[in-house]
Amino acid sequence: MADLRINLAGIASPNPFWLASAPPTNTGYQVQRAFEAGWGGAVWKTLGDPIINTSSRFAAVHFNGQRVAGFNNIELISDRPLEINLKEIYETKRRFPNHAVVVSLMVEPKQEKWHEIVKRVEDIGVDGLELNFGCPHGMAERGMGAASGQQPDLVEMQTMWVKEAARTPVIVKLTPNITDITATAKAAVRGGADAISLINTINSLAGVDIETWNTIPHVGGKGAHGGYCGPAVKPIALNMVAECARNPLVGVPISGIGGISGWKDAVEFLLMGSTGVQVCTAAMHHGFSIVEDMIDGLNNYLDSKGLLSVNELIGKSVEQYSDWGDLDLNYAVVARIEQETCILCNKCHIACEDTSHQCIERHTDENGAAYLKVREEDCVGCNLCSIVCPVEGAITMLEVPAAEMPLSWNQRQAAIAALGNGKDSDNPGKKEAV
Amino acid sequence: MSMTVKAAYIPVDSLRRNFAEVKAGMKPKEAMEESNRCLYCYDAPCIKACPTGINIPSFIKKIASGNMKGSARAIMDANPVGATCARVCPTEELCEGACVLNHSSKPIMIGDLQRYATDWAIHNDSLLFSAGADNGKSIAIIGGGPAGLSAARELARFGFAVTIFEAKEQAGGLDTYGIVSFRLPQRISFWEIDQVRKLGVDIRTSTKVGIDVSVEDLLAKHDAIVLAIGMAKVPILGIEGEQLAGVYDAIDFIESTKAELREDLIGKRVAVIGAGNTAVDAATCSVRLGASLVKMIYRRSREEMTAYDFEFEFAKQDGVEFAWLSSPLRIIGDEAGNVTAIECQRMSLEESEEGGRRRPVPIEGSSFMLEVDAVIKAIGQLRHLPLIEQLGLAHKRGIVTVDTATYQTSNPRVYAAGDVVFGEGQGEAMVVSAAQQGKKTAYAIYNTLVARREQHG
Repeated sequence: MADLRINLAGIASPNPFWLASAPPTNTGYQVQRAFEAGWGGAVWKTLGDPIINTSSRFAAVHFNGQRVAGFNNIELISDRPLEINLKEIYETKRRFPNHAVVVSLMVEPKQEKWHEIVKRVEDIGVDGLELNFGCPHGMAERGMGAASGQQPDLVEMQTMWVKEAARTPVIVKLTPNITDITATAKAAVRGGADAISLINTINSLAGVDIETWNTIPHVGGKGAHGGYCGPAVKPIALNMVAECARNPLVGVPISGIGGISGWKDAVEFLLMGSTGVQVCTAAMHHGFSIVEDMIDGLNNYLDSKGLLSVNELIGKSVEQYSDWGDLDLNYAVVARIEQETCILCNKCHIACEDTSHQCIERHTDENGAAYLKVREEDCVGCNLCSIVCPVEGAITMLEVPAAEMPLSWNQRQAAIAALGNGKDSDNPGKKEAV
Repeated sequence: MSMTVKAAYIPVDSLRRNFAEVKAGMKPKEAMEESNRCLYCYDAPCIKACPTGINIPSFIKKIASGNMKGSARAIMDANPVGATCARVCPTEELCEGACVLNHSSKPIMIGDLQRYATDWAIHNDSLLFSAGADNGKSIAIIGGGPAGLSAARELARFGFAVTIFEAKEQAGGLDTYGIVSFRLPQRISFWEIDQVRKLGVDIRTSTKVGIDVSVEDLLAKHDAIVLAIGMAKVPILGIEGEQLAGVYDAIDFIESTKAELREDLIGKRVAVIGAGNTAVDAATCSVRLGASLVKMIYRRSREEMTAYDFEFEFAKQDGVEFAWLSSPLRIIGDEAGNVTAIECQRMSLEESEEGGRRRPVPIEGSSFMLEVDAVIKAIGQLRHLPLIEQLGLAHKRGIVTVDTATYQTSNPRVYAAGDVVFGEGQGEAMVVSAAQQGKKTAYAIYNTLVARREQHG
């Protein structure tokens, strides 16, 4: 049994799985049920001035019969009175003193407003604060959430105001609806953030009803953009986490969020620099009990790797994440088809033939049996065939000996530049001859 | 002779219910899951395994995409009796048997998906095709079964004026009369007939060629004739007692269950002679009509049985019993002329000198008696020889000889397709093969009467 405890910027948690600030953490009843189910922490649904929600709020994207590949919402922050939320937070923390209770906050970008809410929340005893600079809909129209989270100077200033009043760790939650997320991550750090969490939801329209021509979802025939999350956003989130993790000017712990649906996703986020993860859509899809396999799977994984603590995973793949210009241009893989395993669906052939490099050939052996073969000298190692192959192990991407020494684009350009300079200085005579 | 009447295998309070379609159609979620499971293979082996060449990955993809009309059209375009075939095709020997997922998981339920898509078209009363512009040529089709309907549908799309002459009250042939209702309800066949009729094909039912209309008349009035008359009745066994009351021809017997259901087999013991698909159908029909004992009598063994495996399994599940290596000697009746028993003898199999199927040989002194109330003969089918001879066509024992490329008979204006050409190593006795032959016949006629002439200007 590995040690699953984490400590994110001073916030201790029995395991790395937290519920994100969202509908599942709306009430004390829900958060306490979640803790009973095994969740290590919860970020309480954002407190601020109570709002009014619409009816019809969620929508999902289903893919090829699979429900909820992506999830979209237009729900706002907590619509319950602050006093009630504070009372339930207090009761929850008292019942679960060892679980992480973090409270998400969002107020107008005014110093006194931030000071006031930080004080009221911390007075009842919480483990940390998360500043919601990410909510992309509704609140943004009022100058809050993503509206302030998209401006680095506002992020920095508001973080600073919070830090003036806060005694507990402050996590700044970032919006992905920005060109370069490290700009706001750095701003949060300049403002004194103890940690960052990312990503919040991505601006989205879940769909259009092709029968009624209404938006999905619609509120009485009208729609507005929502925030997108769920499995479909994981790669976007993972990249943003990795970009922050490898940026030396960020340098604070990261709480990873975005499409995490199981322990494998969590491991990936940890490897890419997250200290813990936050989950919402998976819980909304399946209920709180899914955390059981997240914990169990993670524990078994750590045991199988001989790791004693989950902390040993944190950031272990960050060094591998680099810029394209640093990739070795001489590294080579080719596809190889395992004839025993291949079921001859020909999907690799047509994918390569129509959309890649035309190097998977269809043959018939002496017994008249069909088989597929990669013309390795023309294979560029794009992986497409192994991606479309429906059978595990039928196509392997095989590393082949490089023809030349490792050389990245950046090294190559540098070498060419050096060579050019050398020519100029070493052969002045030749130049004259021209 | 003890006459303890056993209870029937199944409830007999509603025979109609016993003949309702056994297999339920797929539910929408099932169809969605299954259609999404299809890999959408390139140059898919299922297409090659389908005698009519239905683009199976395409019709399945259309179910997954929610394009139900397109899916039904993809099926029916390649197979004018595709709704019937969804129910009666031996799919594990054809498309599903070829599915690449056999090697890694389990095959896609292609037949069920085909039924799902065609059921949609039936339910929505979709007209999937339209007739071609009139090309001035006229075709007579003798026989409105799967081969005839298939040829008619394609010819109508080419712009031919098509008339089907059907001896029975309804077209559809085997699909309407010869396949048990619990596998294929008549309404499916009727929908397929209607699809053809709506293309302007004149279907003249209760019209026997050679009796109600002369062969000479047809040859004089039409540019070509398609002979799609299938097969005729079951031949006589040539044993004593065959004329007794309670001895039935399996084809007539199955046909009788398509209309009013007889109640005179309730609690009765039935012997079925033969072990092909028709014999199984007769046996399972008997079970559903309330028989208390149904025994199939076959002179060879299970190994040589010609019924499909799934038919055999179905019969076993219905409680049908088997007397392998047994051959009927005589049928015994009472004074009133009703069947009371059948005497059989045991057989053994010996290697045939020609190297074909092993030959059954009687075992001396092995005769035994089975007490039965009815005997159903299912030992193959005769041919409509008189009509074939009236048309003056070359044939081998009633199997009309055709050019396998053009489906032309010895009279180049007469084409033939379906069971009428099946046998002697020619063709396959499946609905789906008949449909394909009908299509090919139509293409051959088009090529001969229209395309070639256009080419020659």
